[in-house]
Amino acid sequence: MYVYDDFDRTLVDERVNEFRDQVARRLSGELTEDEFKPLRLMNGVYLQLHAYMLRVAIPYGTLSSEQLRTLAHIARRYDRDYGHFTTRQNLQFNWIKLSDLPDVMADLAKAGLHGMQTSGNCVRNVTTDQWGGVAPDEIEDPRIWAEILRQHSTMHPEFTYLPRKFKIAITAAAHDRAAVRVHDIGLRLHKNGAGESGFEVVVGGGLGRTPFVGKTIKPFLPKRDLLSYVEAILRVYNQYGRRDNIYKARIKILVHEMGAEKFGAEVDAEWQNIKDGALAIDLAFIADIASRFRYPKYENLANEPPALTQVRSRNSRFDTWFRNSVTPHKQRGYAIVTLSLKPEGAPPGDATSEQMDAIASLADRYSFSEIRVAHEQNLVLPHVAQRDLPVLWEQLEKIGVATPNVGLVSDIIACPGLDYCSLANTRSIPVAQELTRRFKNLGTQRELGRLHINISGCINACGHHHVGHIGILGVEKNGQEFFQITLGGRADEKAELGCLLGPAVPYAEVADVIEDVVAAYVELRDQPNELFVDTVKRIGVEPFKERVYAAR
Amino acid sequence: MPLVKNGAVVEDRFTRVLDDAAIVDDVPVIMPAARLLADVGDLAGRRGATGVLWPNDRDISQLAPHLDRLALVALDFPNFRDGRAYSQARILRERYNYRGELRATGQVLRDQFLLLHRAGFDSFEVSKPADASAFAETIARYSVVYQPADAGTPAALRRRNASSKAGARVHLREHDA
Amino acid sequence: MTAPSQQKLKVHGPVVVTGNRLSDGAVVYRGAIGWTARLSEASVVSNAQAAKDLLVLASKDDAAVGAYVAPVEINNGQIEPGNLRERIRLAGPTFDLPASFGI
Repeated sequence: MYVYDDFDRTLVDERVNEFRDQVARRLSGELTEDEFKPLRLMNGVYLQLHAYMLRVAIPYGTLSSEQLRTLAHIARRYDRDYGHFTTRQNLQFNWIKLSDLPDVMADLAKAGLHGMQTSGNCVRNVTTDQWGGVAPDEIEDPRIWAEILRQHSTMHPEFTYLPRKFKIAITAAAHDRAAVRVHDIGLRLHKNGAGESGFEVVVGGGLGRTPFVGKTIKPFLPKRDLLSYVEAILRVYNQYGRRDNIYKARIKILVHEMGAEKFGAEVDAEWQNIKDGALAIDLAFIADIASRFRYPKYENLANEPPALTQVRSRNSRFDTWFRNSVTPHKQRGYAIVTLSLKPEGAPPGDATSEQMDAIASLADRYSFSEIRVAHEQNLVLPHVAQRDLPVLWEQLEKIGVATPNVGLVSDIIACPGLDYCSLANTRSIPVAQELTRRFKNLGTQRELGRLHINISGCINACGHHHVGHIGILGVEKNGQEFFQITLGGRADEKAELGCLLGPAVPYAEVADVIEDVVAAYVELRDQPNELFVDTVKRIGVEPFKERVYAAR
Repeated sequence: MPLVKNGAVVEDRFTRVLDDAAIVDDVPVIMPAARLLADVGDLAGRRGATGVLWPNDRDISQLAPHLDRLALVALDFPNFRDGRAYSQARILRERYNYRGELRATGQVLRDQFLLLHRAGFDSFEVSKPADASAFAETIARYSVVYQPADAGTPAALRRRNASSKAGARVHLREHDA
Repeated sequence: MTAPSQQKLKVHGPVVVTGNRLSDGAVVYRGAIGWTARLSEASVVSNAQAAKDLLVLASKDDAAVGAYVAPVEINNGQIEPGNLRERIRLAGPTFDLPASFGI
């Protein structure tokens, strides 16, 4: 956990006061809606179909149990008793009153929480690997760098009114769990030939209307230069990014129109002016930020203790969950546990206040009071002693977050869609719900292996449909809900955009079509352990298209 | 439109001139960028102060050779959501060490004062009178900032690092003190 | 289901003007004497000029924001939402809210 000091707390408190004043001026009519909208957005406040929505920042997806309890309290006191975890590791409340929001912000601030950088044309909440600090395959904890970037970008005097929103993601592991290649800036911490660690800098990735996989403009950037280089990118973007057309305002369009090489050269030219200035990072500075992270005092434990192995051998349901939801930890004797927020028939990523409170208590007892939010809209207990897994599992079962479907076909990512969102063309949650019913058999799911379905209810792609192994995009045709299906997308280190399967299908047929796609995969894979996405890569979408559309 | 300078509403001593209007020698003027660049030789002997209104889509480095002749640079916010002039301001202050008056013009609203100030602006053509009178209060709203922006503001991250035992807060520069 | 801001004002059949209440975001409709939370009290018009007039008037009343023209259907004298988006705005999400899942 990053622990706030007086400095951080003061800033959040002052932000609450400022927002309280802004809301008062809006309610009194002193501010027009046009003037107020960017100000509320900068605090994470949207106006959706039914009500205001508040998006709370969960920097790099790390939460304390106290913070999770605070979120439960907000849901209970000011909202309808639940919250929605998003693909950017944040949490949304869907039914908040504007007139309550200053008090909500004040309650959040007591736990070091706020809505800053969750919306608006600024640098958004920096995301990273949900297993940061505990993943065996990372070279160091990427959250320290996410925190450095968070501080640098919070209320930045130059970059608060960029042409458009700006998303940065970081990974420090061999396997990219942060989707860095589909971000405005993607940072991959790795070691060079000399054994020094630094960043590969990828720019211009993104989904939405015009999806791109980002381009590498710096294969190796020394750590000392991270802030100055990011500042140079932002400055070039702020000056040259398009402001004439909202759909062409993201940095990916600038990089595409300029060409990555020329863009990189512009950034380099700017960077030369500032790289040795105030933003150069020294070791003491990194150490200072790192020192604010509290790491658990792990016990000296053995792997695979009898308390675990005995239960695994005699309880097959536990063993199924263990094999699906428990992942190796850096620290011997510990494990990373993913809590599925995707039970059959439920809206993906939602958690009730009761569940949040219960998870907070379990985190206190079994995970050093720490919780992570995964961009797949699940939660994670990052430091569980292996011997505690059986008893933890029983508790998780009781609150409905132990469905052993993590990474499987029913672990669906979906945006809120037309049931909540004022931008949506179609619903997405009911599509996800229906699919979880179709694929409820866990044996079938396991047999299918890793398979990610991502659903967006409009072209803005909050459900990351382009990078789903199966992507589902809602479009409107003559007032009816239709869905385009793409295959073969992925967001990891081999990031790729999915290919369109064929004509859009109506709402009532989506689940049937997806079942047919999956059946085609089972038929077409060359061996049982060839993953869906690899089969698509090997043979393309045509064989799927033939099978799926033949009957239609 | 009220002008705020040194934290207070003041009279604007500058007159704006258009491309073809005559310039009175001893009157302080703000002229368009194109005219400044075209007539720069004639301006050397002026008795009145010279200022320029620089558009937010024109490369600010073109202004660099002329800065020592300028008493004022006005940067434009065609609407408050267009933030290009924040970059121009920082480049003028930090790269070219411009120390003259740096004025924000266009749609300049209360809730941008602090960012503008931190980016290096020291005078503000404020769109609404009520905002102008709230300037001092608004600018004092935050006692801490994270970034080393504006040459006059200490580097927050580093400052905290240097004296973290004191729980150091980075205080904003007193406006134009 | 296109976002209202992208809609051109084409009126085919009965429409109302709707928006969200400033203070709490609740769905409201433009009625004869201001904004109302009840669709049954909304002013229904059926040509572009009348819709535009209603919209202009509504947009001046800051008690609600984001005013736009939305289709309705009149069934047995009852005003009903004219598309899925408006049905959802009136009745809420098309599935049970999570709290009802219980623990």
